[in-house]
Amino acid sequence: MRLRRFIDIAVDSILKNKMRSMLTMLGIIIGVGAVMMMVAVGQGAKSQIRQSINGLGTNLIVVTPGASREGGVSRGAGTFNRLTVQDAEAIKRESLLLSGVSPVILAPTQAVGGKGNWRTMVRGVSTDYATIRDWNVSEGRLFDAEDLRGMRKVAVIGATVAKDLFPNQDPVGQNLRLRDVPFKIIGVLQSKGQTGMGNDQDDVILAPYTTVQTRLAGHQFIGQIVGSTPNPQDIPAAEQEVRGIMRERHKLAPYEADDFTVRDQTDIMQAAEGTTDVMTLLLAAIASISLLVGGIGIMNIMLVSVTERTREIGVRMAIGARGSDVLSQFLIESIVLSVIGGAFGVAVGFGGAEVIARLTGWSTAIAPAMVGLAMGFSATVGIFFGYYPARKAAQLNPIEALRYE
Amino acid sequence: MSEPDLVIDAKELTKVYGTGGSEVHALRGVDLDVRRGEMMAIMGASGSGKSTLMNILGCLDQPTDGVYVLNGARVDGLDRDQLADIRNREIGFVFQGFNLLARTTALDNVELPLLYDRSGRKLDSKALARDALERVGLGDRMDHQPSELSGGQQQRVAIARALVTNPTLILADEPTGNLDTHTSVEVLALFQELNAQGVTVLLVTHEPDIAAYAPRIMELRDGLVVRDHATVARQHAVLDPGGGEPVEPVESLKATS
Repeated sequence: MRLRRFIDIAVDSILKNKMRSMLTMLGIIIGVGAVMMMVAVGQGAKSQIRQSINGLGTNLIVVTPGASREGGVSRGAGTFNRLTVQDAEAIKRESLLLSGVSPVILAPTQAVGGKGNWRTMVRGVSTDYATIRDWNVSEGRLFDAEDLRGMRKVAVIGATVAKDLFPNQDPVGQNLRLRDVPFKIIGVLQSKGQTGMGNDQDDVILAPYTTVQTRLAGHQFIGQIVGSTPNPQDIPAAEQEVRGIMRERHKLAPYEADDFTVRDQTDIMQAAEGTTDVMTLLLAAIASISLLVGGIGIMNIMLVSVTERTREIGVRMAIGARGSDVLSQFLIESIVLSVIGGAFGVAVGFGGAEVIARLTGWSTAIAPAMVGLAMGFSATVGIFFGYYPARKAAQLNPIEALRYE
Repeated sequence: MSEPDLVIDAKELTKVYGTGGSEVHALRGVDLDVRRGEMMAIMGASGSGKSTLMNILGCLDQPTDGVYVLNGARVDGLDRDQLADIRNREIGFVFQGFNLLARTTALDNVELPLLYDRSGRKLDSKALARDALERVGLGDRMDHQPSELSGGQQQRVAIARALVTNPTLILADEPTGNLDTHTSVEVLALFQELNAQGVTVLLVTHEPDIAAYAPRIMELRDGLVVRDHATVARQHAVLDPGGGEPVEPVESLKATS
């Protein structure tokens, strides 16, 4: 009941000084609005990055040799500590969840042909690779099972390689020498552009892994095995499955750690999202400064208000208001002021986020929790910056307050 | 305590402001008894200590020394919150400058003290405020704001505000200081009328002509009581409904101002 009265008094006092209240609230409105907008931008950036990581390939699982956790520890000669083509074939054979599996044999090679030579990365892969990476040819064709089985010397080149070795001509059908081995170009890959890390994905030559292994790599160990599932929900289960197959093949006892690493894109995604989270926090922190300034504005006005209403405070005290009554009155006034400001700020935040969304094409969704958080935060600002003026009012001496002109 | 009929029983009240070399003795030992239902004036020039005495009697301030029993309970030595509660319950203030809340209706102004009531009583504060306004003859002005009321009407709202808690005593500090003579008489007549209904009234003033409306006058000088005597109070013709001009008191007031 008393609280209701105090809120009435506070609202009354705010309404009696409309202009001043508006200006005071403006600080909070801008502060809360800025914080909301910055967080929305952060959210937008995050979902944007998530999209582009998904674009690297759909539902990718990557198996690499060696458990990175145990880097530096020698596992000893003779143990099965490397990935082999047979591992990839076993996974392909035994996995129920993976829709495609391909070994990746990396062979950095000087490619000679057309206009000159070009240092690039030859990837020996299977026919599944294009599906796994969601990659297709813009010209020609991909190699098929026949090429693979026959260890044919055919290659599909990336857009960058095509541009550098065969400018202004069709590379399909041309020859290419890789380590003095002639390969026939059967297709050109679609351009994928750069990765998030700045690597040119088009600077690549794909060839059947069988051919690469015998002709170029000269050893039977492979760099990685990639696989993909039809839908993202299966990724964790597929990882477990691959791990099981690999442990069995490498004859690892239960107490032995994995001698390989299975990773999916959630790791990459988490890393990237962690970065945007930090950016969001940074932006929000900068925007918070304006909220702080808004809070100081409230304190300023509340101090003016206390001075202006010294006599009123004296009267209230004379007729029986305790210090705590006066304190609550002014504190509630400052909280009401900042919460109303916060509500307008939320509206401004929504509007601003919408504008940013239109300008950048990002989805700048504001989570409902943000609204609650913003309101709670502005109430906190009201309490924090209203307390000092309210306490000043509560500690006034009624005699002096009554005499104040 | 000894005499239940005493509203104020103060003994040897002293008040010293400042410390060391710059001490000011505002009160040097004041005794005061006020019976229930009494109307008295405390008179003195500025610097006589009457404001200090009023602040102590009104529980706005504490005496440096002495005993103050208000309505049977000692109030010297209480803390700020206790004093606030006593002011709320026991005392109704009427100030020279009315001190009404601006842009607030008469009714809300009068209701204000009840909002700070902590006794936990069930109060219909609106009804009590309405009653108090009717008692001072402003039943038809309840929704008016102070700026829409004349000085006399504003002071009557203030008196209603003092009355609304049914206090032990009404403490009026120069209640006519901001009013013209005619209105002054009306306000003083209202005090007399309330007193006749049993309300204890303490008038604090520096004007002998105002003090003359009280049947008992206490004079202060330099922090001491120099005179405390009964007078034949100037009786204003009880406000006649016909609105006839009370001639005699007006004349005498004009003579002094």
